[in-house]
Amino acid sequence: MPESQPAALKRTPLAAVHESLGAVMTDFAGWQMPLRYRSETAEHNAVRTAAGLFDLSHMGELRVTGTEATAALDYALVSDIAAVRQGRAKYTMIVAADGGVIDDLIVYHLADNDYLVVANASNAATVAQELTERAMGYQATVTDRTEDYALLAIQGPKSAAIAAKLTSTDLSALKYYAGYPATVAGQDVLLARTGYTGEDGFEIYADPAAAAGIWTALTEAGSAEGLIPAGLAARDSLRLEAGMPLYGNELSLEVTPYDAGLGRVVKLDKAGDFVGKAALAQRAQEPPVRTLVGLTGQSRRVPRHGYPVLVAGVQAGTVTSGGHSPTLGKPIAIAYLDTSAAGQAAIDGLAVDIRGSAEPATLVSLPFYRRDRH
Amino acid sequence: MSVPEELYYTAEHEWVAISESTARIGITDYAQRALGDVVFVQAPTPGTRITAGDPCGEVESTKSVSDIYGPADGEVTEINPEVDDDPGLVNSDPYGAGWLFKIRLDSEDEVPPGLLSAAEYTALIAAEEQ
Repeated sequence: MPESQPAALKRTPLAAVHESLGAVMTDFAGWQMPLRYRSETAEHNAVRTAAGLFDLSHMGELRVTGTEATAALDYALVSDIAAVRQGRAKYTMIVAADGGVIDDLIVYHLADNDYLVVANASNAATVAQELTERAMGYQATVTDRTEDYALLAIQGPKSAAIAAKLTSTDLSALKYYAGYPATVAGQDVLLARTGYTGEDGFEIYADPAAAAGIWTALTEAGSAEGLIPAGLAARDSLRLEAGMPLYGNELSLEVTPYDAGLGRVVKLDKAGDFVGKAALAQRAQEPPVRTLVGLTGQSRRVPRHGYPVLVAGVQAGTVTSGGHSPTLGKPIAIAYLDTSAAGQAAIDGLAVDIRGSAEPATLVSLPFYRRDRH
Repeated sequence: MSVPEELYYTAEHEWVAISESTARIGITDYAQRALGDVVFVQAPTPGTRITAGDPCGEVESTKSVSDIYGPADGEVTEINPEVDDDPGLVNSDPYGAGWLFKIRLDSEDEVPPGLLSAAEYTALIAAEEQ
């Protein structure tokens, strides 16, 4: 059989903007995305100290509508969706029957019987298919609307001050994990106080045709405050410092939400059955076989995804994400550690096998970075 | 993308500045741009024997780690202590303050075998960009 041609990379509505900014582009989940514009460390630091502007239009957007949309989502997802009030958002997961994580999601309750489910780009098609199948017994319709949304994020301590210049919405009333219709730079958008950086910030779901205008307006409103465009490299180092999981690294079909330390998103006692409930109920009773931990490196060599974690010279876990932390100035990593080895690790310490050499590491609690909340 | 005329290059994106029997070595502008922000350089220690084409150190960036390959046979005489303190010099001044190490060349030829000219290296990175 002839090999299939690789599918052309999808371009976001902001592709021309990235080109004009001279971004280094990368292939991410079938999308051509900005990896960085200049220095990813400078972009990271801008988000920690001022603001960064991201194009996240690769994320998958699914609309779930219908008189039983809430019930369908409650059956399909692990959280209590009925408890999410209109105008609020919920971080949740979709799991397989055995409890393995299919994706982590944000669900926005837009209006009566109307939800926006945001999936990772790499999982969007799978999530769309799963949600469609799970909604079949309900008066609910699942529509993949990814192409209909541009997604911009402004993240960092100056985000609110910058966004306030472009909207009449009272941003102090827009709480963390809330989102509702607003006008930004003259465009009708869904404005949400969500993000993936560990900072205050907003995600702006907009008409693709309006994306470049909003980007330009945010850039002009924010440049004096220190806002710069930021790429996926900075997004990854920011979420790593903030201890936030990444699907494919910390989360996969091989782990349950409990393994990932995210059992809090599972509501076993919500009304009715949901996919994965039986497996997760059993899993909730058992002592965990592994636990997600934070590590800091004592040398400057950087632990990376897949590297073995050693306790007393024997592999007792695996790094899921690692990198140099610009904020801490040292290597950091998230790893799965066998709980049976955790006690010994506390006594003997542990190490990461970095390309054949055992580099000592220190066990720390997650997250590595937590912003000051005034 | 800067490719200074007076330097020699390897296909692994090192540059080599030859002055009599000593070679100063770093990574190219193209390489530093591809790597992203450099956070750590493990250069070979003085006294180490270097063999052309063999890995002799590592450049670690925020997203990846890359081997440094020996551009020519020789012995390491000096490493750049400034880069150890501030690996970002590799990004900000790859051909200057961001040099990595020096070797004493075995070869008595004016230019050790196998190195690329600036024109050849420019053609190589143009091909990689395709």
